[in-house]
Amino acid sequence: MHPILKLVAQRVALGILLLWAASVLIFVGTQILPGDVAQSILGQAATPQSLANLRAELGLNEPPVARYFAWLGGVLTGDLGTSLTNGRDIATAMGGRLWNTLFLAFWTALIAVPTAILLGLVAVRYQGRWPDKLISGTTLATVSVPEFLLGYIAVFFLAVQYRVFPSISTVYDSMSLGEKLNAIALPIIVLTLTILGHMMRMTRAAILNVMQSAYIETAELKGLGGFAVIARHAFPNAIAPVINVVMLNLAYLVVGVVVVEVVFVYPGMGQYLVDHVAKRDVPVVQACGLVFAAVYIGMNLLADVMSILANPRLRHPK
Amino acid sequence: MTGKIDKNQIDYFKLRAGLGRMSRREFMGRMGALGVSAAMAGTFYAEAVQAAGPVKGGILKVGLQGGESTNSMDPALAASQVPYFNLNAAAETLVEVTPTGDLEMRVAEAVESSADAKTWMFKIRKGITFHNGKDLTPADVLATLERHSDENAKSGALGIMKGIESMKVDGDYVAVTLATANADLPYLMADYHLMIQPNGGKDAPADATFSGAYVLKSDEPGVRHVFERNPNYWDSANRGHVDQIEVLVINDPTARMAALQSGQVNLVNRVEPRTASLLARAPGVTVANAGGRGHYVFIMHCNTAPFDNNDLRLALKYAIDRQEMVDKILAGYGTIGNDIPINGAYPLFDDSIPQRAFDPDKAAFHYKKSGHDGTPIVLRTSDVAFPGAVDASQLFQQSASKAGIPLEIKREPGDGYWSEVWNKQPFSASYWGGRPVQDQMYSTAYYSGADWNDTRFFNDSFDSLLLAARAELDTTKRKGMYAEMARILHDEGGLICPMFNDFIDAHGPNVQGFVADPGGEMMSGIAGLKVWLTA
Repeated sequence: MHPILKLVAQRVALGILLLWAASVLIFVGTQILPGDVAQSILGQAATPQSLANLRAELGLNEPPVARYFAWLGGVLTGDLGTSLTNGRDIATAMGGRLWNTLFLAFWTALIAVPTAILLGLVAVRYQGRWPDKLISGTTLATVSVPEFLLGYIAVFFLAVQYRVFPSISTVYDSMSLGEKLNAIALPIIVLTLTILGHMMRMTRAAILNVMQSAYIETAELKGLGGFAVIARHAFPNAIAPVINVVMLNLAYLVVGVVVVEVVFVYPGMGQYLVDHVAKRDVPVVQACGLVFAAVYIGMNLLADVMSILANPRLRHPK
Repeated sequence: MTGKIDKNQIDYFKLRAGLGRMSRREFMGRMGALGVSAAMAGTFYAEAVQAAGPVKGGILKVGLQGGESTNSMDPALAASQVPYFNLNAAAETLVEVTPTGDLEMRVAEAVESSADAKTWMFKIRKGITFHNGKDLTPADVLATLERHSDENAKSGALGIMKGIESMKVDGDYVAVTLATANADLPYLMADYHLMIQPNGGKDAPADATFSGAYVLKSDEPGVRHVFERNPNYWDSANRGHVDQIEVLVINDPTARMAALQSGQVNLVNRVEPRTASLLARAPGVTVANAGGRGHYVFIMHCNTAPFDNNDLRLALKYAIDRQEMVDKILAGYGTIGNDIPINGAYPLFDDSIPQRAFDPDKAAFHYKKSGHDGTPIVLRTSDVAFPGAVDASQLFQQSASKAGIPLEIKREPGDGYWSEVWNKQPFSASYWGGRPVQDQMYSTAYYSGADWNDTRFFNDSFDSLLLAARAELDTTKRKGMYAEMARILHDEGGLICPMFNDFIDAHGPNVQGFVADPGGEMMSGIAGLKVWLTA
């Protein structure tokens, strides 16, 4: 077998093992939370009798281990179960939310990743001069401001004062693509500002690292211009750390944007998970946790594989 | 331009605006040209449009807090604000309670009772159809009441239904017989869980087939709900003015206010008291608040040391500065409490009960008399107890220290507060949403046998007065009994009630007909049916 295929197969197997371990952790985590599902559903309205009825109906009297394996069996056959709180099929309900999350992540990435890399290249080209300082300073500032504050600032100026974009990003099926993009314009702006700095600085640092090498000097000596050297010779050799940080940020766009979802009322996975955590809806929390874990592990896997492919030294290990 | 303003011209434009021939913007422009101030012109416009009466049409967009992706359309399970609004848009109860505390007949056409207030007859209105085209019959009403009486339905109205001994259909009537007399039964039937469903919802509790003014078209819990006007609604002359209602779930307060200010929604609930006055200054926005029955409380268990000593309870009651709490916690959007769960928003309220005021000397006197050893008294609080509960507890701590009473504040996590702290720990912060009538409030939380007797208040004379008042059809006598009960609770109870909170809603410039209702937010839930939109 080709060493690369073997390496990839190994990574995938490890990823699956990691995913299983994550599912156990999620299950244990939901078990040790205070309160129980029945109490949370009935809230202030709970009487001992209604609590007992609901517990029996939800199967909460079964031992936790049995419940865990029953659920795992369901997942492997594609059945995520039904929500305890509203009786809806989890796969269907979560599918829509996951799609929304991916939709927002896709469009943000489409804008943020090229922008970040381009800004990184420009910063290197004018290293130490005003464009570099301006780019570094601005992106550092937007990264340092909490994302909800960026969101509120954007809402205040772009939605309330000048009414350029809507402040509410609720999307639904009957909207056209244009309407959807208009609706999510503000979250895209805020998320882009949030992740831009991280990716830009990593691009800049990685390229600068390579710029010290002898072959860059050679390229310059043979008469290539500043930008051509960076784009043609330095960037391809600096791509591995850039891929890693881009993937990390893409994973963040899928699993970590709950605050932005709340500010812009965007119906994504984060809000869905938080609602169900508050109600101790264990099957939904586990399904969400599993999807998040899968995205994270998958993205990292992809980053690893792409770094290997991009690096001849890793591609042909001794 | 000052001085003389042409009255005839103003009246002419008011008439045009009232007829809907002039938009608000155009009207404001004309008024400005006539030298009328913007504030005055806004008032003129509202007057003109109100006087002209409801206009049909338009899409009402409502931004609400209190919706989760776990919500369902089963009326039995409704507990938060969005299901409350949705159910009121799509469904109807037998009767409703008006802002003045009277009964309004809805699915029931008339209510009669036997002389002993034990048997109640609801005459069911003819000609109402469900959204699926079937006629609403007394059998559907009976089935609805039966379902909510069943423990397994987990209905939020189960407590109300417990007192019912038997029910039956009798011609056009549904007859309800109670185990013990209750003069308030019709008011209890206004509970928003008791929405009439085909066969009582026994077949499909959450399929949203009701008899109300709007039909559910799109249902995404926690995100968005769309309703369209029901063309077959029986009372379309008075309710259901807009063509479509779009409910957007906006749980974040800042996002909700921004949505209103940017014109993305017409109507929002739960304006935060702290920011209400700022919001009211935004152009075109009207903040509507009503003093309700909801109240924020500190509760002591009357049977647990040291709170089993009435002097200590009185000491703490005198040691709280109610006005300061209304000013600082509610930003003035509320009224002070008097250590009873009842206020002027209830029918048969006796306002002659003396108001207890902050009095460090009396507090110190009772504290000394209680013989308490001076160790800090632990008060448990949490952000979820009520908005501003942690701050309120700190204010309480400061005012109590002026009387020499040491309070120790223990901040509990919001998660599990209602299952681990409230109704378990002897001294904690909490809230009550209030009930439509005094009997129900007292029976829910202050009767010895109540499940939620969260002050552990066991008082025989209070209990017997409660039962006697429930059966008393003479309102003067009942009022006297309630006054006596209130005095007992005021002097001996474990309830410290510093404030009643207002419902604060807000709407945009085009919304007409919004009247804040003490019964609940969003005009007691029916804002979607009652308001109309102007251009």
